[in-house]
Amino acid sequence: MFPVTTAHYLFLSTALLIIGTVGVLTRRNIIVVLMSIELILNAVNINLVAFSNYLQNVNGQVFTIFVITDAAAEAAVGLGILIALFRNKETVHADEVDILRW
Amino acid sequence: MFFLDSIWLIPMFPLLGALCMLLFGRRLDPQTTGHGDHGHDDHGHGGHHHEAGGKKLINLLCPGMVLLSFIFSLGAVIQLQSVEGHSYEVIKFTWLAGLDSATTAGALARFTADWGFLLDPISSVMVLVVTGIGFLIHVYSTGYMAHDGGYYRFFGYLNLFIFFMLMLVLANNYVLLFVGWEGVGLCSYLLIGFYFLKQSASNAANKAFLVNRIGDAAFVLGMLALFSTVGTLKFTEVGPALEAGGFTAETAAFGVLSWIALLFFIGATGKSAQLPLYVWLPDAMEGPTPVSALIHAATMVTAGVYMVARSSAIYVLAPKTMLIVAVIGALTAIFAATIGLVQNDIKRVLAYSTVSQLGYMFLACGVGAFWVGIFHLYTHAFFKALLFLGSGSVIHAVGGEQDMRKMGALKDKIPVTYRTMLIGAIAIAGIPGLAGFFSKDEILWQTWISHDGAYRLLWALGLATAGMTAFYMFRLMYMTFGGESRLDPHTASHVHESPKNMTVPLMVLAAGSILAGWIGTPVAFGPIHEHLPSLEHWLSPAIAAEPAAHEAAAHGEEAHHDTTMEWVLMFCSVALAVGGILLARRIFDRKTEGDPMERGLGPLHPVLYNKYYVDEIYNALFVNGLAKGGGAFLSRFDARIIDGAVNGAGWFTRFTSTVSIWWDTWIVDGAVRLTGFLVRFASYPMRMLQTGMLQNYAFFVVLGVLVILSYYFFQFP
Repeated sequence: MFPVTTAHYLFLSTALLIIGTVGVLTRRNIIVVLMSIELILNAVNINLVAFSNYLQNVNGQVFTIFVITDAAAEAAVGLGILIALFRNKETVHADEVDILRW
Repeated sequence: MFFLDSIWLIPMFPLLGALCMLLFGRRLDPQTTGHGDHGHDDHGHGGHHHEAGGKKLINLLCPGMVLLSFIFSLGAVIQLQSVEGHSYEVIKFTWLAGLDSATTAGALARFTADWGFLLDPISSVMVLVVTGIGFLIHVYSTGYMAHDGGYYRFFGYLNLFIFFMLMLVLANNYVLLFVGWEGVGLCSYLLIGFYFLKQSASNAANKAFLVNRIGDAAFVLGMLALFSTVGTLKFTEVGPALEAGGFTAETAAFGVLSWIALLFFIGATGKSAQLPLYVWLPDAMEGPTPVSALIHAATMVTAGVYMVARSSAIYVLAPKTMLIVAVIGALTAIFAATIGLVQNDIKRVLAYSTVSQLGYMFLACGVGAFWVGIFHLYTHAFFKALLFLGSGSVIHAVGGEQDMRKMGALKDKIPVTYRTMLIGAIAIAGIPGLAGFFSKDEILWQTWISHDGAYRLLWALGLATAGMTAFYMFRLMYMTFGGESRLDPHTASHVHESPKNMTVPLMVLAAGSILAGWIGTPVAFGPIHEHLPSLEHWLSPAIAAEPAAHEAAAHGEEAHHDTTMEWVLMFCSVALAVGGILLARRIFDRKTEGDPMERGLGPLHPVLYNKYYVDEIYNALFVNGLAKGGGAFLSRFDARIIDGAVNGAGWFTRFTSTVSIWWDTWIVDGAVRLTGFLVRFASYPMRMLQTGMLQNYAFFVVLGVLVILSYYFFQFP
């Protein structure tokens, strides 16, 4: 069994970040966009935990717990805004909400 | 001194009556729609419910107020006898208080006009005449106006007139006198136009008002000139101020005092109907007859004579103006008498007679015999009021007819009117023993002796007038009462004597016309003159003497009195008067064919009949010439110059505003729009970045991150 090193975690983290970023930039459905943001956050979490293990410092893991908590709150607020948006515009597509422009 | 201290109350009684009538009178007035002799009725609907009561109250209140005034006046005049100097002044309050100013002589003066009342010999005569005769005429009016509409209005105006007239004669300064002066003018206007639905009445009222304005303007100017010269307008102070200012008689030049006196006299010519402003008085006969008797014969028109006598202190220092006054007076006397010869309207004859008699009064004033002017004013008030009221009674009897050619032989049908009017006619004709004789002869005598006989031409005019007066008065009497009846049969059957409340005043006035003259008997009467009370003596403290007479008195020389000459002149005028009466009798006391005057006077008749065409000349000169011609000129001036200027200004404003609009639209707005356009244009690329698409923004964020990252990659490979 070949050993899982920190570098692997970092690759995984990078992959998740890219997937998340592309998701945010390209998907029309705001729910998917929010999910993509979760991916980005989790990429950060993996990074934090990986370096915590590597450096034998527990601070990274503690910080991860905070990020998860924050992500939960953020998801709640995001979904609340989304519901309010849907009530007004009857859409969850980001490209149809473009009145704030020139 | 109860009555003297309450002289201010004398005018207040009629004012109260007038206020009651004019404010509440309408409720009292029965407003009868009856068969008025003039058939005028301004309120068609007649409320008959409290008819008798309301009218009785008016009949009681209005003459009653004047009677109260008369009683108070009588009491005050009796008490005045015991006052030192026969002058009593009551000042209620200061009405107009001015600032200090300098007179033309440089002295300090303060303009004040008090609400003050002065009772002295002149005003005592006036106040008794106004209230006494005013009361009789009020009583007469209760009968005469009984069938006319606007009963309350008539009595309200009449009481208001008495109020203003009393203010005029009781005022202690020229300003308050002017209040009364204008007030009586107003009442005169209102009463001439009493039948205001009649065009001629309202025209006559306007004419009277407008003609009087000319005189009043001169009066105001005279008043201002007097103040700026002597620094006071109080009657009692003018004389002393003139003396203190060192003014002497202006024998050589026509100085400031002569001008003041002349301006006052012009004021008097308006009010007292002298040449050239007499034209309103004959037309004023459009008013009800009691009004003609009270205002246009007995009282108001004599206000000018009163005012001139009141200003005697100024006049004696202005001999040139005195000459003008005398000449105008004499000319007016004969001028009006000649017109009176041929008039056919009974009231117009009396109107011209009034103008003529007023001329006599001014003649007296002009020759320096102010007391005789007042004396004639006083006797004239009796017999002219009597004649007017008598003519009213005649008009009443024949159902409103005023043309004497349609009367005749009324002698037996209305005997009381006939007898009383006959007394009046004898009095005015100057038959010895009656009032007119004494005053008229005194005027002629004073004219004869004044200025050592320099004025004898004026005496001749006066004498001729006396003859004419006798003639036209008896022409009136014979045409009305004598000869044969020329009434139309319908009227003839209705002829009736007037009621008691009209005939009793006639009888009282007739008694007055007989007796009034005996307080001014000629010196030639010797013992009679010495034992009877003398008006001259009574008036002398209030009237300034001419400087010449003054000097004579100072030197102790009693002016030599030519008694023989006085008897001769008296005989002349009486002979002329009797001649006039006999001539009138010969011509008119019989059946007449056509107009004997027309045959007798030949080509002169139309001139006299048309009153020398004075009205036509005035119409052409002033109404059509000055007023209408000037009006046309002014209207053209208005249309061309004033309107032109206004229109030009309007056009110019429009022009400049057009330019302004163009400037605003293209330059100002253009600059603003250009700024906006430039900002929009320049910001276009930046604005295009604001797509409103969330993910675009996120893309740029990521792009920025990538740029920063790549910078690190290439910096640290």
